[in-house]
Amino acid sequence: MSLPVTLPLTDSETGHRLDFLLVADMVEPGSRVLDIGCGDGSLLAILRDRRQVDGRGIEISREGVNACLAKGLPVIQGDADTDLADYPDDAFDYVILSQTIQATRQPKVVLEHLLRIGRRAIVSFPNFGHWRVRFDLGFRGRMPMTENLPYSWYDTPNIHFCTIRDFVELCREVGAQMEKAVALNAGGQPMRVTLPWWVWNLFGDQGVFLLKRR
Amino acid sequence: MMSFAPLSSEPRSQVDDPSSLVMRFGADEPLMMDSGVALAPWQIAYQTYGTLNADRSNAVLICHALTGDQHVANDNPVTGKPGWWLTMVGPGRPVDTNRFFVICANVIGGCMGTTGPASINPATGKPYALDFPVVTIRDMVRAQAALIDKLGIESLFCVIGGSMGGMQVLQWAVSYPDRVFAALPIAAAARHSAQNIAFHEVGRQAVMADPEWRSGRYLTEGTRPSKGLAVARMGAHITYLSEMALHRKFGRNFQDRSAPTFSFDADFQIESYLRYQGISFVERFDANSYLYVTRAMDYFDIAAEHGGSLARAFKGSATRFCVISFTSDWLFPTSDSRAIVHALNAAAASVAFVEVESDKGHDAFLLEEPEMFAAATGFIDAAARVREIA
Repeated sequence: MSLPVTLPLTDSETGHRLDFLLVADMVEPGSRVLDIGCGDGSLLAILRDRRQVDGRGIEISREGVNACLAKGLPVIQGDADTDLADYPDDAFDYVILSQTIQATRQPKVVLEHLLRIGRRAIVSFPNFGHWRVRFDLGFRGRMPMTENLPYSWYDTPNIHFCTIRDFVELCREVGAQMEKAVALNAGGQPMRVTLPWWVWNLFGDQGVFLLKRR
Repeated sequence: MMSFAPLSSEPRSQVDDPSSLVMRFGADEPLMMDSGVALAPWQIAYQTYGTLNADRSNAVLICHALTGDQHVANDNPVTGKPGWWLTMVGPGRPVDTNRFFVICANVIGGCMGTTGPASINPATGKPYALDFPVVTIRDMVRAQAALIDKLGIESLFCVIGGSMGGMQVLQWAVSYPDRVFAALPIAAAARHSAQNIAFHEVGRQAVMADPEWRSGRYLTEGTRPSKGLAVARMGAHITYLSEMALHRKFGRNFQDRSAPTFSFDADFQIESYLRYQGISFVERFDANSYLYVTRAMDYFDIAAEHGGSLARAFKGSATRFCVISFTSDWLFPTSDSRAIVHALNAAAASVAFVEVESDKGHDAFLLEEPEMFAAATGFIDAAARVREIA
């Protein structure tokens, strides 16, 4: 049995991914942005066209880089785990890591680089604490597979899953201050901020965090 | 033994009177060279393709590699072979001659019509030979800029080149940042490595060890250092390929025989191939030019001219860069390209970078590489949209 589709949910008018639009709203217009793991450049294109952002990207796949080039986006073929050390401090206003931290070898090191390179960091990731994930593991006794996370355990690029609570703990450990934290539900809509953390952690499909060096 | 046919007069005639467009600079317009010499008179031979638009905004400069020339997209007048970068330049190609006004000039120090060591020294009436001043990549770019000035082009839409051509692209962006809208250095480096200087030195020594070289005065003495130059080319050619490409193309296959001959004949296909490369090279290239142009690459080190910091060289650059390297290129490895990319990042310049998967070695930039074409097309088209080129 595969679980229902959760991502990517798109805005019916623009066709943009809802989580990208949420991230874009966190970025001040006209700022300098580095998008790590930028894929085909969809988020960077939104940021450029809607927020007049001077955007740069790092993408590991050649196909992704070529798609970005065709959009006129300055994107470097590279690896978040090895290439971030080459960037100077405070080079960007925002460094974005969208749906990528779970695929890095050293999430903590990567997060520290984010906070060093950017004045702010925006991190989004699938919440491994979601009840359906817990159901798969807890009751079915199987590693969870969804259309958002469609890989078998043996061929997944996602090697460091975390829950929203885990990530909050990591932020505390690296001294990151949370300026904004949002959990998106299975419909891609932000959940009410008044809800307690355990509700987010159980029903949040993904977490989106705006962070700042303390 | 390699045997050389008597050389035709065609390459010789291309030196002074090329079948190209030529821009001539008189005694009042010397080329101020890094060596301190003011070269005058001098000339630069070039080819153009396509049409310059009314805004003069669609000019693309192609920079050629070590032994290349200005005949990028037309048949070569010496070899009769098709242009050396037809895969990249032409109608519907990444550098689309239906849209862009493409210029390619022979480098200073070359032997296809731009002033070089084979040109006649007006002071003596004989070829310059080693009296020609040592050339740098920056001198090559200065000469091109003088040509662009004469053509009435304020700024270039794009400067593109591979290998030594890529070095010129970088030098253009550093020397004339306001005149380069987009820059596409391919399989290049911001400085020549010790290993590459070493290979060049072996090549130069092979030329100079040939008794026919006559301390560089072979043209006046009626000899040609063909053997030395051919050996230099054979050695260099190996560096343009990869172990995998050699294995795929030749393996240990025998040439027109089924067993070793127990001699030093070209038993193996690879030997025969290299001999052919050497022999055909000397028919089209001047030995002294080979010394000068390899030297120019050796001296190239952009960071050294900027207090050791490559990032400082690019500081404040508004040029859009796209850097391309190849996985199997060990002459200008990806690490060289990454060094450029890191410096551009540190300088907050706009830079894209792709490492193309290929087993063809350094030569890949001249060959059919769809990934390279896709990257170049994407980059050039997007830049053309920003510059509003139809």
